[in-house]
Amino acid sequence: MTPGENKTVPETRQESRAKSRELGPSVPHSTLDSLARQSEAGTARPSTVPTALALTVRNLSVSFGGNQVLKHTSLDIAARAVTAIIGPSGCGKSTFLRALNRMHELTPEARVEGEIRLFGEDIYARNVEPVVVRRRIGMVFQKSNPFPTMSIVENVTVGLRLNGVRNRRLLAERTEQSLRMAALWDEVKDRLHAPAVSLSGGQQQRLCIARALAVQPEVLLMDEPASALDPLATAKIEDLIVELKKDYTIVIVTHNMQQAARMSDFTAFFYLGELVEFDTTTKIFTSPAKKQTEDYVTGRFG
Amino acid sequence: MTAPNHRWRKFKNAVIQTLTFACAILVVAPLVLVFYHLISQGFSSINWAFFTQLPKPVGEVGGGMANAIVGTFVLLGQAAVFGVPVGVLGGVFLSEYGSSRLNWWIRFTADVINGVPSITWGMVVYALMVVPMRGFSALAGGIVLGMMMIPLVMRTTEEVLQLVPHGYREAALALGINKWRAIVQIVVRTALKGIVTGVLLALARVAGETAPLLFTAFGNHFWTHKLTDPISALPLQIFNYAISPYDDWHRQAWAGALVLLVLVLAINIGVRFLTRDRFQKQS
Repeated sequence: MTPGENKTVPETRQESRAKSRELGPSVPHSTLDSLARQSEAGTARPSTVPTALALTVRNLSVSFGGNQVLKHTSLDIAARAVTAIIGPSGCGKSTFLRALNRMHELTPEARVEGEIRLFGEDIYARNVEPVVVRRRIGMVFQKSNPFPTMSIVENVTVGLRLNGVRNRRLLAERTEQSLRMAALWDEVKDRLHAPAVSLSGGQQQRLCIARALAVQPEVLLMDEPASALDPLATAKIEDLIVELKKDYTIVIVTHNMQQAARMSDFTAFFYLGELVEFDTTTKIFTSPAKKQTEDYVTGRFG
Repeated sequence: MTAPNHRWRKFKNAVIQTLTFACAILVVAPLVLVFYHLISQGFSSINWAFFTQLPKPVGEVGGGMANAIVGTFVLLGQAAVFGVPVGVLGGVFLSEYGSSRLNWWIRFTADVINGVPSITWGMVVYALMVVPMRGFSALAGGIVLGMMMIPLVMRTTEEVLQLVPHGYREAALALGINKWRAIVQIVVRTALKGIVTGVLLALARVAGETAPLLFTAFGNHFWTHKLTDPISALPLQIFNYAISPYDDWHRQAWAGALVLLVLVLAINIGVRFLTRDRFQKQS
């Protein structure tokens, strides 16, 4: 890899995000009444217009060693909005999420079928490198995992540095910007060189978010990012997610129904590896179309 | 409550406890015994000259093992240069890349190699290097020790890499970092202490090897200036002195054994020190 070609990577991505920003204002989520559910070709899509779509998932199936965990799922994910994935344990939520940035390729026996397009581009196309997909679609995990050998600042910049960015000014800028976006800057600005593991659990998770933001992805996937945190830290993460959707497309898996209701714009309910219902969050939580969805969101099972 | 039965159980427990404790003590005893013996026999011969002078010819009293001590470090240095990169990279392959079927064979081979008697190694390297090069050499000694280190380093590297939580690998890849960079800069870096520990233990293990050096490094009564010349090493010098008929050489052999033991012990204590603090420091 030549450093020159790498240095241009973040800028190009910035441009592409700027482009996606022009695609229109956020989806008007409150127009609940005007919603007529549309299920053309089996695709779940709330019929709000106009919708800039970040990800279009078609007929996605994932199996592990012959055991099908996710079955023929089609789903549209709106740009610059929060889409929540809910459902009982083992329903394929995380499997779905991890298919979106090709993380299943780390598991040898995993098989992914179907089509996923990121702003129209097939991310599973033969000539697309998974590394490139993951730069555009970042991920935050359930368990905070800052790299233990690195300081706070090193953690934030690691994605850039290991992709060949050497420019100190750019790195410093990105550090402050990412930490500010993750609402962590004020807490750590005086000890950027302290070990990342010296932070509290909630701070570590926000550091992981900052680390993911620093490479300027277009989409941020979050796999139960607050499930291991106390209520105060959870509230901070939630505020942060609502703030982040101004710039990012966010897909979040959560077990916490209130959390999904509070901060997401769209909600998808998965059960036994199938997408049961997908609509605006208001619709899902107030008048779901399916009985199963209603039972789940009202806590009658799961 | 059945009191007598209870007392019988307590008694059985006490018997087992005593038995296991006695065996645990038996594990520690040899070290104490070896140390006591070496100190009582060899300590009197340890002086400045022992560390600074060459061996004296037969009949002359005094002299030291300076060349053997330096030779041991030269051989260990070469062994590290040959053995560590191969061992560490092999361990990285086993942990990060290999398929389970291939890994099984590699691990099996490494374990077999680990069990090959050290004198066999000496003979193989004698045939492969000493004979074609027409002479014993420090290089051959370093290579034989390096070859013995490889399986040890490889297995410990694999083990410590497996201890690195999977989440770090995923986090790195989710940042769009290439796999090899994630392995080198994040996974290996996280496990670095463990890898260094494995390397040091492997060095300690081969530091005392004598048999493979008999056919390769051979030994030398003088300083070695070229790696293609024979070189002395502590175990070789101890062996040569111990089988000699002279009392003065016997005393020097004890002293040499003491120095060798202290060296190995120092490496082990260093390893303990390295692995002691769980929190990684920032440089």
